[in-house]
Amino acid sequence: MSEALSFYFFGSIALLGGVNLLFCKNPVHGALFLVCSFLAIAGLFLGLNSGLLAAIQVMVYAGAIMVLFLFVILLLNLEVEPHQWMSPARVASALVAITTIGLVLQPFLFAPKPAVEAEPSLVVPPTAPNVAEVLFRQYALPFEVVSLLLLVSMVGAIHLARRPQRTEGV
Amino acid sequence: MVELNHYLILSALLFGLGLIGFVVRRNSLIMFMSIELMLNAANLTFVACARHHVGAEGSVLALLVIAVAAAEVAVGLAILLALFRLKKTVNADEARELRA
Repeated sequence: MSEALSFYFFGSIALLGGVNLLFCKNPVHGALFLVCSFLAIAGLFLGLNSGLLAAIQVMVYAGAIMVLFLFVILLLNLEVEPHQWMSPARVASALVAITTIGLVLQPFLFAPKPAVEAEPSLVVPPTAPNVAEVLFRQYALPFEVVSLLLLVSMVGAIHLARRPQRTEGV
Repeated sequence: MVELNHYLILSALLFGLGLIGFVVRRNSLIMFMSIELMLNAANLTFVACARHHVGAEGSVLALLVIAVAAAEVAVGLAILLALFRLKKTVNADEARELRA
């Protein structure tokens, strides 16, 4: 019962954050709505008994990534731009996106319900030690690849964000 | 006990909002944030399926997705800064030098 309550509470907050992100004029407001959405998704993770991922979601997404976004918005010093909503290309692309989502949702909404809802068979609950066990034994290679990816993207980001003039004299 | 279907519908809706935001908005910052929303919807699917089926694998996948998202944001925002330096705008329609 309490899980259903928290599911609908956090789920509606996440959806509202997404809708407001879609319609916001100022990117700073969009970033704040997105933080709301991320925190609500962390709450959903808690409801799924995955406290480790909820903590990581709050620290990495709502903390680090969104602070990076806000820093960049600060650096860019944008003016609020007037936007025209109803260009034909936009309406067409929105319709394509909505159709895609309809196709994705259709099997869930109209499929006959299974007679017996299978009880979750929690062989391995997602606590931190169990996740570490699986991550570092079974998925050690993907973990290393991700660390390499982070290194490469760090070097790439520094190279891309550097001013080109400064390297001329060296 | 919430059914798995409800989680899947919620994450499909979140993914749809991100997709619509990505196609409709032309502000590159908002487009990036929409991508983040889509990645989060995928994470929600992973964790929900992990709870209902096997165990810790879904959490591991979600962790990897978070790391990839962090890398993507770092590079993407650097590209955005370079674009702003060149064009003085973050409107994605302005970056069309390769178009005939």
